Amino acid sequence: MFKRFVEWMDARIPMTKTWNIHLAQYPAPKNFNMWYVFGFLATIVLINQILTGVWLTMNYVPSAEGAFASVEYIMRDVEYGWLLRYMHSTGASAFFVVVYLHMFRGMMYGSYQKPRELIWLFGMFIFLVLMAEAFMGYLLPWGQMSYWGAQVIISLFGAIPVIGDDLTLWIRGDYVISGATLNRFFALHVIALPLVLVILVFLHIVALHEVGSNNPDGVDTKKPKGTVPDEEKPKFKFHERFTSKKDIVDSIPFFPYYIIKDMFGFGVFLFVFCYVIFFNPEMGGFFLEPPNFEPANPLKTPEYIAPVWYFTPFYAILRAVPDKLFGVILMFAAIVFLALLPWIDRGKVRSIRFRSVLHKLNLTVFAISFIVLGYLGTQPATPVATIFAQIFTFLYFAFFGLLWFYSKREKTKPVPERVTSK
Amino acid sequence: MSNAPVDKGRRRFLTVATSVVGGAGAVGVAVPFIASWNPSAKAKNAGAPVEVNIRKAEPGQLIRVKWRGKPVWVVRRTPEMLDGLSKIEDNLRDPNSEEPQQPPYAQNKYRSIKEEFFVAVGICTHLGCSPSYLPSGMGEHVEGVESGFFCPCHGSKFDIAGRVFESVPAPLNLVVPPHYFVDENTILVGEDKGQA
Repeated sequence: MFKRFVEWMDARIPMTKTWNIHLAQYPAPKNFNMWYVFGFLATIVLINQILTGVWLTMNYVPSAEGAFASVEYIMRDVEYGWLLRYMHSTGASAFFVVVYLHMFRGMMYGSYQKPRELIWLFGMFIFLVLMAEAFMGYLLPWGQMSYWGAQVIISLFGAIPVIGDDLTLWIRGDYVISGATLNRFFALHVIALPLVLVILVFLHIVALHEVGSNNPDGVDTKKPKGTVPDEEKPKFKFHERFTSKKDIVDSIPFFPYYIIKDMFGFGVFLFVFCYVIFFNPEMGGFFLEPPNFEPANPLKTPEYIAPVWYFTPFYAILRAVPDKLFGVILMFAAIVFLALLPWIDRGKVRSIRFRSVLHKLNLTVFAISFIVLGYLGTQPATPVATIFAQIFTFLYFAFFGLLWFYSKREKTKPVPERVTSK
Repeated sequence: MSNAPVDKGRRRFLTVATSVVGGAGAVGVAVPFIASWNPSAKAKNAGAPVEVNIRKAEPGQLIRVKWRGKPVWVVRRTPEMLDGLSKIEDNLRDPNSEEPQQPPYAQNKYRSIKEEFFVAVGICTHLGCSPSYLPSGMGEHVEGVESGFFCPCHGSKFDIAGRVFESVPAPLNLVVPPHYFVDENTILVGEDKGQA
């Protein structure tokens, strides 16, 4: 019965074929470590955001008059509304946690290098859309921090010469942030950007499956056709789409082996995720900021405005520069440089395991700078904090400058032919 | 069907012409989508400039009007008030109005177009409270100053030209909105002279 159904389907749509190519007979390098769980987790969080998001719209009222009250209504009166909302708000922060770790994995193992530049670029676009999505979503509860945070971010566009003022007016649709702004952000947040996001994720995976995954050793597991003796090939059946052009070594099928590993990672993730949802949904003011429990008041600015934690590294860079326009430029440059990594890194060795001490040091300093900037972005801009922000902004950009300089003639260790794990 | 040779020139012309027309169409279609993001007629109406009639303003009087949801003050200053302005400049953060808190035509000693009439947005540059107008009795807060504005929320002090005093929470002078004199008796707040 089931077999006949599958046959009926396969005659009409490539169902079994797609399953085999992308899961059951998809060769993935056998030496993945736990760093390789974050792509899967990001997908899970995306599904969580879409599901809980759709359910939240069922009770949310997108208007300046009704928004704040409707969120409180969801929290108090809608059955399990509090859970859906906390899953959504915690999911937003979780998204950035896993995406930042996913990106750092790519940086450590050189996953952005040739031939995976396009995967990296799609990933950077996903990151950009994610930031826009998070920013617009944060306006929707229409609390004080929603309002004034949006005020600060939108006024960044006012720093652009000549068109700045007209541009901010166009974005807001009013002379101040108002119901018009709220409604358009709602439309973008619930339909336009999620669509773009899902398409980009699809392209990210299509591009990944075309060239295959990198691995912690950064060595190719697809060798030229006919160079590998049969006894060295894995005992698994891989789809002929992969085996017809290359000899596959050191690989295992994605399903079931890596699905199992990812499920384990998912279990660990759920522990942390559920802890936050059930015991600490505000996460000490980092996931949901205290001023946002007050309705937006256009006549009163909160004592101190800080963005949510995932924007703070870039916010710290913005504030580190005394000039508004140059600060905005530098903040965007921080992301553009990251996107250009495949071309800034001129090295041929991918994995940090075989790269120079200088590179290890450089990447460590970069990671520390990112974290310190993230911390500084949450703190008031005192003169001392500003000097620190300037130092770490310099170190953040120095990573790219140094990398471009030394990667051309880097003293690397010999790279093995095959992956190092047995 | 004939097997006539392909006229490549004609084919290219048709391709280009179709693309250009299609492109123009696409641009045309984009217009409503982009333009719909501009402030609506309702928002424009609420943000429209307001006329202030100053014919009956007594010297020392403050007229309060609402513009874009904010209080705007028009103060008819007395000669004594104006004389006091130059005496206190040492105590001010930005006595020469170098910060862009006013249109260029109000970047002068009086921060106004006509010396007498001071127009400002009545919102403290600290946290957005509305300061109180003290036509006299400012001396209580700043020694030797007769008149000014005092913010009851966090104690910021401004002189009668809206310039902020040193060592108060507010960082900047009060904002002077764009405005101009339509005639002797009328000020239009919210628009520069000659603007559409």
